[in-house]
Amino acid sequence: MTVTETAASAVRSALETDHIESHLNPPASYGLADHPVPTGREEVWRFTPIKRLRGILDGEASAATLKRETTLPEGVTLSAISAEEAVALGELAPNERPAALAAANADGALLLDIPAETVLAEPVVIRLTGATVDDLVWSRLIYRVGAHAEVTVVLVHEGSARYSAISTFLVGDGAKVNVLSLQDWADDAVHLGRDAIRVGRDASVKHTSISFGGDLVRMHANVEYAGPGGEAELLGLYFADEGQHLEHRLFADHNAPKTKSHVLYKGALQGKGAHTVWIGNVLIRKVAEGIETYEENRNLVLTDGCQADSVPNLEIETGEIEGAGHASATARFDDEQLFYLRSRGVSEKEAQRLVVHGFFNDLIRKVDIPMVEEKLLATVEAELAKNVLKDELA
Amino acid sequence: MSTLEIKDLHVQVQTEDGPKEILKGVTLTIKDGETHAIMGPNGSGKSTLAYSIAGHPRYEITGGTVTLDGEDVLAMSVDERARAGLFLAMQYPVEVPGVSVANFLRTAKTAIDGEAPKLRTWVKDVNAVLDRMNLDPTFSQRSVNEGFSGGEKKRHEIAQLDLLDPKVAILDETDSGLDIDALKVVSDGVNRFRERDGKGVLLITHYTRILRYIKPDHVHVFVAGRVAESGGPELAEELEANGYERFLTAAV
Repeated sequence: MTVTETAASAVRSALETDHIESHLNPPASYGLADHPVPTGREEVWRFTPIKRLRGILDGEASAATLKRETTLPEGVTLSAISAEEAVALGELAPNERPAALAAANADGALLLDIPAETVLAEPVVIRLTGATVDDLVWSRLIYRVGAHAEVTVVLVHEGSARYSAISTFLVGDGAKVNVLSLQDWADDAVHLGRDAIRVGRDASVKHTSISFGGDLVRMHANVEYAGPGGEAELLGLYFADEGQHLEHRLFADHNAPKTKSHVLYKGALQGKGAHTVWIGNVLIRKVAEGIETYEENRNLVLTDGCQADSVPNLEIETGEIEGAGHASATARFDDEQLFYLRSRGVSEKEAQRLVVHGFFNDLIRKVDIPMVEEKLLATVEAELAKNVLKDELA
Repeated sequence: MSTLEIKDLHVQVQTEDGPKEILKGVTLTIKDGETHAIMGPNGSGKSTLAYSIAGHPRYEITGGTVTLDGEDVLAMSVDERARAGLFLAMQYPVEVPGVSVANFLRTAKTAIDGEAPKLRTWVKDVNAVLDRMNLDPTFSQRSVNEGFSGGEKKRHEIAQLDLLDPKVAILDETDSGLDIDALKVVSDGVNRFRERDGKGVLLITHYTRILRYIKPDHVHVFVAGRVAESGGPELAEELEANGYERFLTAAV
């Protein structure tokens, strides 16, 4: 390669960050015209039962809100800002219609502000509760974490609503952020969420999405990098019951060199019509030399009549990387595992219970938020009681 | 007292070419306190015998009986067999990710005894057993068989034998893949179990090496799905000297 060519290539690389060429991820835009009402045949919508979105895609204006209770440790503020301010702060633009509608219809935005170098011993907790599925709620949130701050944020969704939210996490250089979003809705809730994270230079972010409740939950977790050296760990846990649709869509956009992304989502399904979708997209751009990425999705199918869709996608525009890989597996109970446990006197149901707990345990440990760990274990137990352990407890 | 009685046991497995008979009439009685060694070449059906007694779903019993102290073992589910007093130390113990050894042992002990072990003595018992099996105390926090070395897997099997205290233990090639130090630790563990009152052992092995450490009362040569010859410890010595040649020729 000649010097001129190298220079030209460097210029192209620099320009490339301005628009996404990935065919898996439509370009981000606030314009609703850029996100037409989906028919259900689009690649990004083909797994979602659009009728069950209950009119969210029509984008009707609404002033309804979720009840909000917060625990804000000292130094952390939550305030209302205008839409213009949200954009000026660097909000990551919507990449699909529900997020664009949330940006357009929410009355301004909320800013959770964590100043630089703030180190919090206790998590920020935001508990959102919906009153009824008749309420259509639009929401727009910005989380700004200053440089070198260390913080854990726990976001809990309960009750019922038709809820569409666009959230942006702006993580400063060298910061360490642990975010957990728990979807613990009532049976009839519909939740469309887009979380997008911009990881600062040498910052590390852990983002966990946990979906238990709701009739239909469709969550995006997108990551991009503001500079080299950033790390993102995207974790997820879901447990789909009869008739539930739980969808998680991940996108790691390696737009800077020496960045890392690690995705691990685990799910269990039980009951007729339980449907889970996991889409793991990774784009490694030409500039993103020396990056590392690994994505993994595992599903455990506990009963007949369930469907688990799992699609990892990797687009690579440079071969100069440390490592890139993915794994996806969907399986029923392993007969050999059950035999081993039962050969030690453990009943079939108890053996199944052990295997499911074991399946989720490593993930729950990775979440690393003690206040939710116990709750997660208890919820897994309660989910099992509905089906796998039903006869024994009856 | 504990007697495991196997009478004319026939077992088949499903293959691509249809059912295939593996055990062709096995008869064997392990009386109170006896140790029996079953020796045989690869593919003779030794492991099939072990797994059939334990109740693995892959093996279909087509004839014969198995009783433990007169109770019909074949009518029991896998876990009922274990609770009745049978234990199978497996050649290839199975990984159970995310389930700690401590949790596994306590769950199994509770299932076998029908009540949870007393916490104070239990922790002490587990630590003592792990120590005797030369396993680190942190071992109990690891996931069952996940990332264990071959030797750790076998020592973990024998630690379970010690803690669960069955009536009859079936050891399926517990000696395979062990270096001499691990073999001694495992053999010591088995011998401690044998010293307890009335315990039966069915030791399945390909090699005579382990019989230097665990002295059997009876030795059976297993060829082509049945017992070809039975005798005392001297039969093992003959096998050590001459191999399986004589029995293989006879079986053809």
